[in-house]
Amino acid sequence: MGARQQGTRRWAATLVVAFAATAMPALAQADETEDMTVEVMAGACTYCHGTDGNGIGEAIPSIAGMPEDQFAYMMVTYQDGSNPATVMGRVARGYTEDQIQALAAYFGGKPFERPPQPWIDESVVAEGKELAAEYCESCHENEGRDGEGVGILAGQKLQYMRFSVADFLSEAREMERRQARKFRELMDDHGEEGFEKILNYYASVQ
Amino acid sequence: MMHSTRRGFLRTTAAATAVGVVGLPHIARAAAPRFVIVGGGPGGATAAKYLKRYAPAAEVTLIEANPTYTTCFMSNEVLGGLRDFSTIQVGYDGLSGHGITVIHDLVTAIDPEGKTVTTQGGESVAFDRCIVAPGIDFKYDAVEGYSAEAAEIMPHAWKAGPQTTLLRSQLEAMEDGGTVIVAPPDNPFRCPPGPYERISLIANYLKQHKPKSKVLVLDAKDKFSKMPLFTQAWEMFYGYGTDNSLIEWVSKSDGGTVTGVNTETMEVTTAGAGTFKGDVVNLIPPQSAGAIARSTGLLEGGDWAPVNKGTFESLAVPGIHVLGDASIAAAMPKSGASANSQAKATAASALALSMGQEPPMPTLANACYSIGGPEHGFSVAAVYNYDDFENKLVPVEGAGGVSPIDAGADSRRREMFYAHSWFENMKADCWG
Repeated sequence: MGARQQGTRRWAATLVVAFAATAMPALAQADETEDMTVEVMAGACTYCHGTDGNGIGEAIPSIAGMPEDQFAYMMVTYQDGSNPATVMGRVARGYTEDQIQALAAYFGGKPFERPPQPWIDESVVAEGKELAAEYCESCHENEGRDGEGVGILAGQKLQYMRFSVADFLSEAREMERRQARKFRELMDDHGEEGFEKILNYYASVQ
Repeated sequence: MMHSTRRGFLRTTAAATAVGVVGLPHIARAAAPRFVIVGGGPGGATAAKYLKRYAPAAEVTLIEANPTYTTCFMSNEVLGGLRDFSTIQVGYDGLSGHGITVIHDLVTAIDPEGKTVTTQGGESVAFDRCIVAPGIDFKYDAVEGYSAEAAEIMPHAWKAGPQTTLLRSQLEAMEDGGTVIVAPPDNPFRCPPGPYERISLIANYLKQHKPKSKVLVLDAKDKFSKMPLFTQAWEMFYGYGTDNSLIEWVSKSDGGTVTGVNTETMEVTTAGAGTFKGDVVNLIPPQSAGAIARSTGLLEGGDWAPVNKGTFESLAVPGIHVLGDASIAAAMPKSGASANSQAKATAASALALSMGQEPPMPTLANACYSIGGPEHGFSVAAVYNYDDFENKLVPVEGAGGVSPIDAGADSRRREMFYAHSWFENMKADCWG
């Protein structure tokens, strides 16, 4: 079966180029194929992360609207193991730098959606908001919607954020100096409960 | 023999030229291409949804016999009493809402020359390209005494639905001290880790509710998917390897292959380990591509459809694509996630070929979770690139693989959470 298949794809590609040169704008054809290559590649992310990178499950993070540099940073640190993961290390090592850039641009261009998270503890949200203003808002600006060099917290999945905080606290995942200081202060002043309140608040932001 | 992709390409290119369509790829300027998708499982549903996303002007028709689809994924949690049956059911309103024509009818014939699909209800739908995603059928003949009727007594529960409910009710009705026989088939078959997740979750149920019972596994293989991870879970939770084990596994080498069943005596006969009586018997028979793939001539005498692994176009019948469990994707396991990933490549390729364009070179992936016990999940993943010269999907070296054996309880707990999120997002990505 393999033998009769050999090389036919390239043969077809040559045909396309020849046809394109005479009958249609070659550039448009190339762009279109490139776009669809990225579409198909991104399609292998979305059965886990949700259509367009917006999920509804409680633990897998949504990746829509993620700043491109943050996306690339996460993938590269998954690849080298400096960012602890369950499956994402094994997945991230499947992609080249160029592919990661293309995926970062693709998902970065999709709006982040905030479907309801019924598992949120509404009773701690107000207190979480006050704590967030004190310990988090200087970097996670605009209620955690954006900020320089940080991921989106507003409406991010609660269970995912719990796992991330656990990884930072156990030092399995590296923190910037300022983040480490804020984490230490929050832990000293309010303990793990303080983190829990803040995460419930950020998950609840619409 | 001329290759199907090339032939398909020439024909569609000629058609585009003949009607004077210049300035492609803008689909609106051409006559909208028509696609018919046969089968509304994860592969077919995803193909329909993404065709419409890639080309809103395209006419997309999905034909599926059942008004509700019951997912095989997470059906083992239903069998183990951990999940409500209603959560594994999905409807087609989401797809209709995207402008896809959904017809609930059984496809009786696909005519590749006339380019029409006909149904039992007498509908005839024309297509430019047809995508066939029929899933599996069972080779009942492979096990003496087994049949569709016998499956009402010894359920396979390998297409989720009434069979799932039947097997669950049998497990519930069984008295403590009973034997549940699970008989997985030889490769290749749908969901390679599935039987072993099922064994785990039945054992979990027995441990809690009927601790004097056991699961007897009569296997047609010596090795199975995620074997070290399942073995570890069985040792951790079900006493596997001890005298009090809830699970006993008889491998192929030990004669475990099931050759025959007797539904009156509830006996199961093996190739070399003897005959066993089960109180509940879950016989998972060998499989092939769904019947419509065979009657359309897509199987070339085998059990599965040979395809161009870049476009999933049939190597036997040009203009017809076959994806998911029914196709031969070799390195990719027959899983829902594989079907979902392949469906996006298929949709993009069918669209490109219908307009005389070059199909994209796909990068695909599979990520699949198994639940081994309470708060205990693990995964297998791989990323594949298409090698057009060899017609192979090649796993990227250094990537993929299974969860580390020494990952520890916290990691297993996280993967349980991720498995359940995967399930919610997967349903939404396919049918939502």
